[in-house]
Amino acid sequence: MGMTMTQKILAAHAGLESVKAGDLIEAKLDLVLGNDVTTPVAVDVFDKAGFDRVFDKNKIAIVLDHYTPCKDIKSAQLCKTARDFAKRFDIKHFYDVGQVGIEHALLPEKGIVAPGEVIIGADSHTCTYGALGAFSTGVGSTDMAAGMAAGENWFKVPSAIKVVLTGKMGKWVSGKDVILHLIGLIGVDGALYKSIEFTGEGVWELSMDDRFTIANMAIEAGGKNGIFPVDEKTIEYVSRRVDREWSAFEADEDAEYDQVVEINLSELKPTVSLPHLPSNTKTVDQVAGLPIDQVVIGSCTNGRISDMRIAAEILKGRKVADGVRCIVIPATQDIYMECIKQGYTQIFIEAGCAVSTPTCGPCLGGHMGCMCEGERAVATTNRNFVGRMGHVKSEVILASPAVAAASAVKGCVACPCELD
Amino acid sequence: MVSGKVFKYGDNVDTDVIIPARYLNAPSPEELAKHCMEDIDASFATTVKPGDIMVGGANFGCGSSREHAPISIRACGVRCVIAASFARIFYRNAINIGFPILECPEAAAAIQNGDTVSVDFATGKIVDETTGETFQAVALPPFIEKIVEHNGLLPYLKARMEKGEV
Repeated sequence: MGMTMTQKILAAHAGLESVKAGDLIEAKLDLVLGNDVTTPVAVDVFDKAGFDRVFDKNKIAIVLDHYTPCKDIKSAQLCKTARDFAKRFDIKHFYDVGQVGIEHALLPEKGIVAPGEVIIGADSHTCTYGALGAFSTGVGSTDMAAGMAAGENWFKVPSAIKVVLTGKMGKWVSGKDVILHLIGLIGVDGALYKSIEFTGEGVWELSMDDRFTIANMAIEAGGKNGIFPVDEKTIEYVSRRVDREWSAFEADEDAEYDQVVEINLSELKPTVSLPHLPSNTKTVDQVAGLPIDQVVIGSCTNGRISDMRIAAEILKGRKVADGVRCIVIPATQDIYMECIKQGYTQIFIEAGCAVSTPTCGPCLGGHMGCMCEGERAVATTNRNFVGRMGHVKSEVILASPAVAAASAVKGCVACPCELD
Repeated sequence: MVSGKVFKYGDNVDTDVIIPARYLNAPSPEELAKHCMEDIDASFATTVKPGDIMVGGANFGCGSSREHAPISIRACGVRCVIAASFARIFYRNAINIGFPILECPEAAAAIQNGDTVSVDFATGKIVDETTGETFQAVALPPFIEKIVEHNGLLPYLKARMEKGEV
């Protein structure tokens, strides 16, 4: 029986000829990641267990992105714990305020993750790097500590859902609409414990940024990972960034899948997820006009340069509606700089947006845009759970950057086509 | 064998409601425990007693990877979580910190809020003392059982590294 792409990567890292769904294996890790929320817990358990060395200081990334620049004294203490640990073991990929970006935008940009690698991160959106054809999954802090100590960890080999993409996305449709549509189809636990393997001719039409956005939200369908095949776009992206050997894996022709889902990209419309589950999807035209108080454009899902570009195109020469706060957060310093060079930052400020240094901040209700009771946001983030962006009785509607920008201008949920 | 009063919740209990992000900068388990389940059950943290049991529906613990979620539930005194299914990161985290979880869709459906339930971790047998019904939880794979026996992943890893197995 053939193997899926994920199974092949796991087999190669476990030193096995083949694996099958359900096998418990121990696989070598190419990278172990943590942030300012999860690393301090990992440091605590690492120290309590009595470890005094890390497996490879070049294969650990510590990225202080969640509550930074520190929102309060407790957050500053968490960062210090992570910073001291990074210093103690001379961690190569340590990113602090001034260099830091949102981890899942930053690591691919810096060439720290590559196709064919096995990556664990103490952050659920670590599945983002599947866009590059890597096996990449979110874990907890104890897993991070174990990974840092041993350079390997245990995995249950997942079965897979195959998502076959055909056609080409229309105007105002992006990777965000694809993944929201998929989550709406299969549900928030539709891919529980499973891989989501994207394939089909539609994949070749997707930009790398679209693929990052799609893989990023595999977890929102319960997925262990989301993964894309390696093509010329991947190679072009990676060749400018990665300076080490890497491998491309392909699923076997006779690989088995639990389920096959077909999505014709040309039939998709701009899509949103209403409170309080990412699977609660509607097309924008079904809910247009719903009043809002805030817009957030950014996050590990949609804070990349193409997201900034589409938002700027829509906001250019327009104003954020009265009574709406629009917060724009380029995900990394390089993206921020590019926004300045391209004139996007000026467009945002002239439109009346607040432009922030890279941070996860508002996505998880941390800082930089928390909401009070009764408020509603359209956000390009990834979760709309109860209380996610602040008060228990505040609401988050998930959307693409194009829909978020158009909504900022109209003061309600809106399709950019309404501005044409 | 443990026995306690049940706090029951529905499907898709996410880690943002188990422990909201606004409290994640308070890393002590005791501090986290004060806010556990706050956003869906404001009285939970003050009414839960040591030995009580949490029951959830499908996809329990979905969302963020925060290990603070099982840490805060345990710090409240809850002895175990029974659910129809667990989100995979929560499942790993609970196992890795040595906190018992039992997957049992039948028990998750039948047990009611406020029932008294006893659980035998050795056999996976769950008894609803209030109704007399019994249930059998899905057995843990042997590898994972070893992690639980060692009271968590790190003590197990340390023991194996000292033996030269890793």
